[in-house]
Amino acid sequence: MTNMTFEKALAELEQIVAKLEKGGISLNESLALFEKGVKLTRFLRGELDKAERKIEILLKDEKGALRTEDFEPGEPEEDDDGEAK
Amino acid sequence: MPEGLVERERVYSVSEVTELVKAALEVAFPQVLVEGEVSGYKRAASGHVFFTLKDEKVSLNSPVLKAVMWQSHARKVAFEMKDGLKVICRGKISVYEPRGDYQLYVDLVEPKGKGALQLAFEQLKAKLKAEGLFEPGRKKKLPLRPRTIGVVTSPTGAAVRDILRVLERRYAKLRVLIYPAKVQGEGAAREIAEGLDHLGARPEIDVIIVGRGGGSIEDLWAFNEEAVARAIARSPKPVISAVGHEIDFTIADFVADVRASTPSAAAEMVIEKEEAFQERIDSLARRAAELLRYDLQERRSGVADLARHRIFQNFRIRLLNLGQRLDDLDGRARNVVRAERQGLAEMKGRALLQAEKLVHLVRAKQRDREGAWERLSAALNALSPLAVLKKGYALVWRDGGLRLVRKVEELAAGETVIVSFYKGEFQAQVRGVDRKKLLESRFLKESS
Repeated sequence: MTNMTFEKALAELEQIVAKLEKGGISLNESLALFEKGVKLTRFLRGELDKAERKIEILLKDEKGALRTEDFEPGEPEEDDDGEAK
Repeated sequence: MPEGLVERERVYSVSEVTELVKAALEVAFPQVLVEGEVSGYKRAASGHVFFTLKDEKVSLNSPVLKAVMWQSHARKVAFEMKDGLKVICRGKISVYEPRGDYQLYVDLVEPKGKGALQLAFEQLKAKLKAEGLFEPGRKKKLPLRPRTIGVVTSPTGAAVRDILRVLERRYAKLRVLIYPAKVQGEGAAREIAEGLDHLGARPEIDVIIVGRGGGSIEDLWAFNEEAVARAIARSPKPVISAVGHEIDFTIADFVADVRASTPSAAAEMVIEKEEAFQERIDSLARRAAELLRYDLQERRSGVADLARHRIFQNFRIRLLNLGQRLDDLDGRARNVVRAERQGLAEMKGRALLQAEKLVHLVRAKQRDREGAWERLSAALNALSPLAVLKKGYALVWRDGGLRLVRKVEELAAGETVIVSFYKGEFQAQVRGVDRKKLLESRFLKESS
């Protein structure tokens, strides 16, 4: 569930910006917040870069258990939805 | 019975006569269409359906026609049969021997006036709507950042190709997991529902697209079936329905959290989310940088102010800064208000009121100091961290120059620090730390 930490990181970044926006904090705090914000941004961008495109399909084996396999879309069979007739 | 009758005429058993009547009826009515109103509708546990048909205008002596529909035919009736419904039935007329009843053996039934599918559609729509399944309040939002999309559709169909084509074109970095399902014909609704349940239960799935390419109402029918509607409604993950072309609305569209007019449009929606997410991060990072720059600028003014004018000037300079910030404040107040809901309208009022007060205050103070203000702001603008250092300020580093010391609390006696000027630096050892002493007191001492 990296998505969770991801969303947490984003929420934290938002809070930081809100705090900076609000002001009224010491320079030390400002700098610390900013540093933290930079770290979070780096983490978030890194996570985005990590993602890749992957197309898989679920297939049933003889026992009826599902497994995933890479999917290559075949040539269209028909102009309709290609339903197996 | 008159004498001799038996000799002259044939005598039948009940079975025989029943058999003859049955044969006669079946020959006479091998297939007949009968229009009437359903009453006494009953569905047996076996799935067989019994009802009677009667004409619209009924009196005491109006005839009724008993009708039966075997389970094998009854299960194919898409709409819900009920008393009062006007229908047209097709079937043969035959005899139910144990009762001596003749009845219509129905193999096909259609509502009168509209197609069976249309009625089924309307009935299910009304039912699910009454249950609240279409309520906007129960619609799930698309995930902030969809990363794995589940797709329930035919692996050989147009829908999956269209979705993948869109991902390709937009360079979307997403994982797609396809649950292959029949999307039309017998058993399609069940397979689609199974796919929704399966993908919904997989933790990595962020959003599900369920759909198929366009087609006739019969082709799209599975998406109008209750099984699919229920599976969408109970999905723990947001579901985008993507059935056919723009004009086709299905029950699935009403229940889904989001309706896309086509599978391609569904893919676009998901990718937009992903792109919006990147933009959001970028804009937050930019904003943080802006704010920090702004903050530093403000503080730099404060430092310069302290250096040039000593603390007694500080208060007035702060007021000047406030003046500088007025436009900004006002702009922000507007932004806040625009972005937020009515609840903040009051805040805007207050913010503007404050701003006004400040304007008055500053203007009053400003009048006698216009000249000083001009000079100062030019001086402040010229300041940068390097410029400050050039004036003779120094930075204190610890950890061999790796960390800037921003607070005296960071230092301990005995620690080695580096003190760097604009040009050149020296190492020093901290002999003692006084956390209380104020910079102001040093200035005051010097000047006194």
